[in-house]
Amino acid sequence: MYEFRLPDLGEGIHEGEILRWHVAPGDVVSEDDPLVAVETDKAAVTIPSPRAGRIVSLGAAVGDRVGVGDVITLIDAAGAHAPPARTDKAASAERTATPSRTEAEAIRRLPAAVWGRAVATPATRRRAREMKIDINQVPPTGADGRVTPDDLTRFARGNGGTQRPGQADRPAAAASPAAGTGIPFLDIEELPDFEQWGPVEREPLRSIRRKVARKMTTSMILVPHVAHMDEADVTFLEEFRLRERENRKDQPGGRLTLLAFVVKAVSAGLRAAPSFNASLDPFREEIVYKKYYHVGIAVDTGKGLVVPVIRNADHKTILEIAQDIESLATRARAGTLDVADLRGGTFTITNVGPLGGTALIPTINYPEVAILGMGRVQEKPVVRNGQIVIRKMLPLTLAFDHRIADGADAARFVTEMARQLEDPTRLLLVA
Amino acid sequence: MVMGNLRQEAEVAVIGAGPGGYVAALRAADLGKEVVLIEERDKLGGVCLIEGCIPSKALITAVELVESARNAEKFGIRFGEASFDLAALRQWTQSVIDGLTGGIDGLLKRRGVEVIRGRARFANNQSLLIEGSDVSAVDFRHCIIATGSRINELPAAYNLPVWSSAEALTLPEIPKRLLVVGGGYIGLEMGLVYAGLGAKVTMVEFFPKLLMGADQDLVDVMLRSCNHRFEAVRTESKVIGVEKTAHGFAATIEHNGQKTKEEFDHVLVAIGRKPNTDDLGLDHTKISPDEKGIIEVSAEGRTVEPHIYAIGDVTPGPQLAHKASREGKVVAEVLAGEPSAFDNRAIPAVVFTDPEIAWTGLTEQEAKREGVKVDVGKFPLTALGRARTMGRTDGLVKVLADPQTKRVLGVGMVGPHASELIAEGTLALEMGATLEDLMVTIHPHPTISEAIMEAAEVAAGAAIHVAAPKK
Repeated sequence: MYEFRLPDLGEGIHEGEILRWHVAPGDVVSEDDPLVAVETDKAAVTIPSPRAGRIVSLGAAVGDRVGVGDVITLIDAAGAHAPPARTDKAASAERTATPSRTEAEAIRRLPAAVWGRAVATPATRRRAREMKIDINQVPPTGADGRVTPDDLTRFARGNGGTQRPGQADRPAAAASPAAGTGIPFLDIEELPDFEQWGPVEREPLRSIRRKVARKMTTSMILVPHVAHMDEADVTFLEEFRLRERENRKDQPGGRLTLLAFVVKAVSAGLRAAPSFNASLDPFREEIVYKKYYHVGIAVDTGKGLVVPVIRNADHKTILEIAQDIESLATRARAGTLDVADLRGGTFTITNVGPLGGTALIPTINYPEVAILGMGRVQEKPVVRNGQIVIRKMLPLTLAFDHRIADGADAARFVTEMARQLEDPTRLLLVA
Repeated sequence: MVMGNLRQEAEVAVIGAGPGGYVAALRAADLGKEVVLIEERDKLGGVCLIEGCIPSKALITAVELVESARNAEKFGIRFGEASFDLAALRQWTQSVIDGLTGGIDGLLKRRGVEVIRGRARFANNQSLLIEGSDVSAVDFRHCIIATGSRINELPAAYNLPVWSSAEALTLPEIPKRLLVVGGGYIGLEMGLVYAGLGAKVTMVEFFPKLLMGADQDLVDVMLRSCNHRFEAVRTESKVIGVEKTAHGFAATIEHNGQKTKEEFDHVLVAIGRKPNTDDLGLDHTKISPDEKGIIEVSAEGRTVEPHIYAIGDVTPGPQLAHKASREGKVVAEVLAGEPSAFDNRAIPAVVFTDPEIAWTGLTEQEAKREGVKVDVGKFPLTALGRARTMGRTDGLVKVLADPQTKRVLGVGMVGPHASELIAEGTLALEMGATLEDLMVTIHPHPTISEAIMEAAEVAAGAAIHVAAPKK
């Protein structure tokens, strides 16, 4: 019997949520057949079967969160070619009892320390159950790697555990989302009973949504945001872009978007303004300047926002960038991004323009320093040489971390970028 | 068969009033549940209290007293030859049992737990049929199966009036020559009791070693001390036939293919226990015990029927009273809606031989079998002041730790008070203690407990009272 454990899905990822099983108990699978779709904080991934065999049982249901290293499937390798033959009674018994049974067996066989479970006192373990936290997921800070009661509180605050508001047995102090932040006046009130005013529906905050919530809260609380706004005249650029797009139809990078040009202009601008390609290390009080230019683009997947990264955008041609955007966006929507696609960004661009909007103030994708928001290109009356003319204008907002950069840096950065976007020939010179 | 005609409802029905069942009943009642406890025997407390742990310890205390008196000669004290008043000894053992069962009775009454005397079987997954009581059936919302286990019979002695440990504990007589079949903890304890009372005891064990679960070095120390009390200890031997004779029994013992026939005045069979799950009507539920009669349960103690729980000897794991009691508390809390689970890190094992053996967590033989790397620190009691003052240096404490994290993975010991001292090792495991934790905790001097601290120091390579290992 092969115990298939949730594999390591990438650095920093400790758990995932079962989105969909591609198999059912009794199914015979070949090696590399799709087994299960798992959504992590970063992306949805489909995990293939590591070997051929018959699926004996599934260790988790759709919607369950499983930790890296948890047994998620039992595969009977000997049953690779055997027909699925089991009585209903045995099968149903297994389904009901499997997840906790494997744990119970392991407890009986070996002490916890050998088995690799959390180390914590019995009282702390009980507290975790009261808080509905899987203690094995909690990062320990206690002596010799013990999970302490404080760790549970921190975990509940950071992650929510599986707490849901409105749960009757919620331990008030520990699970209060604001507990212990120490910010004066911060008072996160209990939600009222909304149902007194009409029907409601509750939906758990799932992986990507939860990740976005955490990131945005952290960014907004931690980073002093400043937004610098401008408009770029993209009349010539749009003329050029639409013409070239027509010419290059059905060729690689043929879906030449305005975003591709902006990525190019940004990566060129970042080389001249290193403080927008940095991170502030608050613990060591250092500014980390990155000598690579990986530009992230925010993509709406329908289930939440992800930010895949165009690597070394400064070394790429606009056509290559356009190809990258197309491939990343397609895979993001299909949920087939690799975790590596989402790592290592140094600057983010969010383009809500195609959906509308004259201006926006984006939230920095922490720990990056700046984010550029693109509004919708619109024809507007503008004054040129004393004449009112109609030009295509692109609204731009650079939101940046005022701890590292100042308004003047932002003005120079955006002005130079707008100049390049106004005259596409300048973009030729920046590569 | 007596069948009543009363039908009764219960929020919680507990089957079996042993150390699992009565504890579960009390805890559930404390948590506000209306509990019915169904017990087949007249007395409460189960095998442990009536015919197991408790009477055997009472007898062991008695015979060890004699043994201590005998050993006192080396201190210059002579008592003369001991004699036994069997009737008084029986009465004393019985008074211990009665005191404890009466205590349970009182506890249950004060909690308002109703006790039904009868045999329960499942009629379906919501009701029990009761035989032997005015109450004919109990409809339950939750049920706890705590029916325990019974003694395995020796096929070779089927239908012969040989003793089980239950009968032997009532001291029917002191046979001149006693054959003890089975070298587990029950066989060893009972063998020593009868040897102490004057029987010539021959022990036969099928496996190559006694006390299968314990590490060999602990068993060796124990045997060196008490081997002489047995007439013979025969491992890798099997009793293949038993006949009743005029004076007792003739047993055919096979060893290495050689058969010998020997005469004994009595035979005591102690070859393990099997779960009481076969005559429980489980086929009227979805619960199907495995081929050994064991019921699988989740960490919350639930069977495949989520409102039916199982605890103690009918579930996987060692068949020990303290495991059953802990599980009883867990399931009572779970069915009362509390977030409880059997997530214990270790279940200690104790054997009341002389010297005692106890272990908790990982043993060395398990570590070897499972391929777990361990640092082992052993401390012999010869190097311990208190052991010398007691004249009991026949002992050893060892501590197993993870070589990387230095976390304590197991503690094993043989020596005086091992059954008491193992609790410290179990607490260390539950708390996730490291060798350092055991080393820096001040252990009172002079006591045997110092050996745990010393063994931890040996494991950590920082021993004071033994020669430093050669680098």
